[in-house]
Amino acid sequence: MTWTQYLMPLLKGAQVTVTISLASIAIGAVLAFAAGIARTSSNRFLSGIAFAYIVLFRGTPLLVQLFWFYYALPLIGISFDPVTTGIMVLSLLTGAFGAEVVRGALLSVPPSQLEAARALNFSKTYTLWHISMPQAVIEMMPAFGNLAIQNLKDTALVSLISIADLTFQAQSLRNITLDSATVYTLTLIGYFLIALCLMFAMRFIEMKLRRGPAFPRSAHS
Amino acid sequence: MMYGYAWDTSTPLTFALSILPILGIGLMVTLKAAAVGYAIALVFGLVLALLRRSRIKAISWTVACFTEFVRDTPLLVQLFFLYYVLPEFGIILPAFMTGALALGLQYSAYTSEVYRGGINAVPRGQWEAATALNLSRLQTYRDIVVPQMIPRIVPALGNYLVSMLKETPVLSVVTVLDMLGLANMIGERTFDYLVPLSMVGLIFLPMTLICSALIFAIERALPKSGIPLR
Amino acid sequence: MNPIIRFENVTKRFGALTVLDNFNFEVQRGEKVTLIGPSGSGKSTVLRILMTLEPFQDGHLELDGTSYHEPNGRGPFKASEKHLHKIRCSVGMVFQSFNLFPHMTVLRNVVEAPVAVLKMKRDEAESRAIELLRMVGLSDKKDQFPSQLSGGQQQRVAIARALAMRPRVLLFDEPTSALDPQLVGEVLGVIRDLAHEHDLTMLLVTHEMRFAREVSDRVCFFDKGRIVEQGDPERFFSNPQQPRTREFLSSILGDQEPVRESLRCAL
Repeated sequence: MTWTQYLMPLLKGAQVTVTISLASIAIGAVLAFAAGIARTSSNRFLSGIAFAYIVLFRGTPLLVQLFWFYYALPLIGISFDPVTTGIMVLSLLTGAFGAEVVRGALLSVPPSQLEAARALNFSKTYTLWHISMPQAVIEMMPAFGNLAIQNLKDTALVSLISIADLTFQAQSLRNITLDSATVYTLTLIGYFLIALCLMFAMRFIEMKLRRGPAFPRSAHS
Repeated sequence: MMYGYAWDTSTPLTFALSILPILGIGLMVTLKAAAVGYAIALVFGLVLALLRRSRIKAISWTVACFTEFVRDTPLLVQLFFLYYVLPEFGIILPAFMTGALALGLQYSAYTSEVYRGGINAVPRGQWEAATALNLSRLQTYRDIVVPQMIPRIVPALGNYLVSMLKETPVLSVVTVLDMLGLANMIGERTFDYLVPLSMVGLIFLPMTLICSALIFAIERALPKSGIPLR
Repeated sequence: MNPIIRFENVTKRFGALTVLDNFNFEVQRGEKVTLIGPSGSGKSTVLRILMTLEPFQDGHLELDGTSYHEPNGRGPFKASEKHLHKIRCSVGMVFQSFNLFPHMTVLRNVVEAPVAVLKMKRDEAESRAIELLRMVGLSDKKDQFPSQLSGGQQQRVAIARALAMRPRVLLFDEPTSALDPQLVGEVLGVIRDLAHEHDLTMLLVTHEMRFAREVSDRVCFFDKGRIVEQGDPERFFSNPQQPRTREFLSSILGDQEPVRESLRCAL
């Protein structure tokens, strides 16, 4: 087998990796906004639940979470197929880290903006979505970019719960060919290329958000 | 039975308590791996950061590419790479050392960025003042730059220690018997994964929380104006 | 005639610090009142309480017969959000730092609240907004973003934004303090025009003494959370009674007379 013949299985694995990464980034983003907003809410119950979720998933290793959902949960009668488990756990983890980003960005909106909104009699919900969020989202983008890359790298662990992602395919190839150097070099390059695409995508979204001359915040205000 | 400790599976609670000493042995491995890995990351990261500032374009550019590459690829694959490829070059390390090396390598890419950011954050005027006072390069770094860098970089470096701690379970994949490795073995033998895996999570949680709290306390205790080395 | 604003023994504390202590103050409908005094004397707090940006602990405050506290009101404001919402319908505020929304065009800054809060139709709100922007001399800037405007222009937009909500009481919290000296005039010009509006009650915190003398019906001098002296501007400035007032006026006017003089020429 020459190295070009490694490409087909690796590409198949890469496809799985990209799918899992994109799915868990998307679901993670929704969770991040939900938990991040809940954290800033004055409702003690909501913010308490969000806090527990964030602490639990940020404070424990991803691999432990994966194994827990994959090996331990079925023992109490709750089981999902590997891909669902992988996407679920990665989404929860990305969401927990993202929630802190959302919360931080919301808190960084100047209090004077909230006072102006109050003086104009906007409701709290309206202020959140039309005044705070549009300004906060821009602040979140660089951190979200880092989280997306982190998420991509974390997907490698799903190979350990028998999902045929890029790392899994690399392991199988190595076991057949014993050509470790070539296989893992190609795999690393594969991840790097996917990471570059992710970075460009995030930059593109950030640029779209920054459309118009409204940002960065002006020197006058 | 493991390391001379028998487990008692009669109730989840007795099971949890009986495997605690075994997991404690794994915890020591986890902590050692993190300590060695972190030491490598602190030193090698500094080397990378200084090379990155080299005036020779080829060096700084190569180092920049290397750190970016290491930052953007998974620890697990890097670990496999070292674990399987190093022996082909005659470098045979115990699994633990390979694991610590992989951790150290990945995190040196992070720490080098922290150092770099710290150096760049020292205002230009400070460098100019040092030049105006005729300080040598060593004196400039030792007395002017590094003291001002410390309060900036310590919190970031601390956060990476916590992240690294949480990534050590990956080492169990290459046969290192850390907490997760042992928990999996117990699971295999007793057919009960729920208790051992939950215990690992429960041990990690306070550990990372306390570390984070400590870092926060240190961050607040550090004077923002810098810490003189002499 | 009933006063539109009535403070009765209002006490406001920040932690251990008492900013307003048994404060009594009334403003008549359509009256233009200027509040002056050293910083930290509580004059801005009076405006912020009226705008419901700050709660107060004791005493009674009424706006057009409506009490700020509700009999069974809870929370720091001792009133429901709905009640505060009703009060705010009558009050508008112009901030020292303008506080325009940076992500909205000038026009949207003015249109947003009437559409979202007053449920006005968007095209109706826009034609009104353009009219207001013309009044402050900025109709040609309607599609620009706040960051593209000078401080003076931003403050004029902020005034238009506050007016778009048709407040009966308009509060100005040091509207020119954040401006470069050469931009103060254009903002004062707009406020001066507004002062001719018969129905609008205006409360103005400012350090522009000459301007205060010119536009207000009454000047109040604040010190340490109390009104030390008040009266019609002519008498207040030409013949202050209290030593504390004289001291303050001489410290402000004495130092700044040349600057004020050149400003007056610019107006």
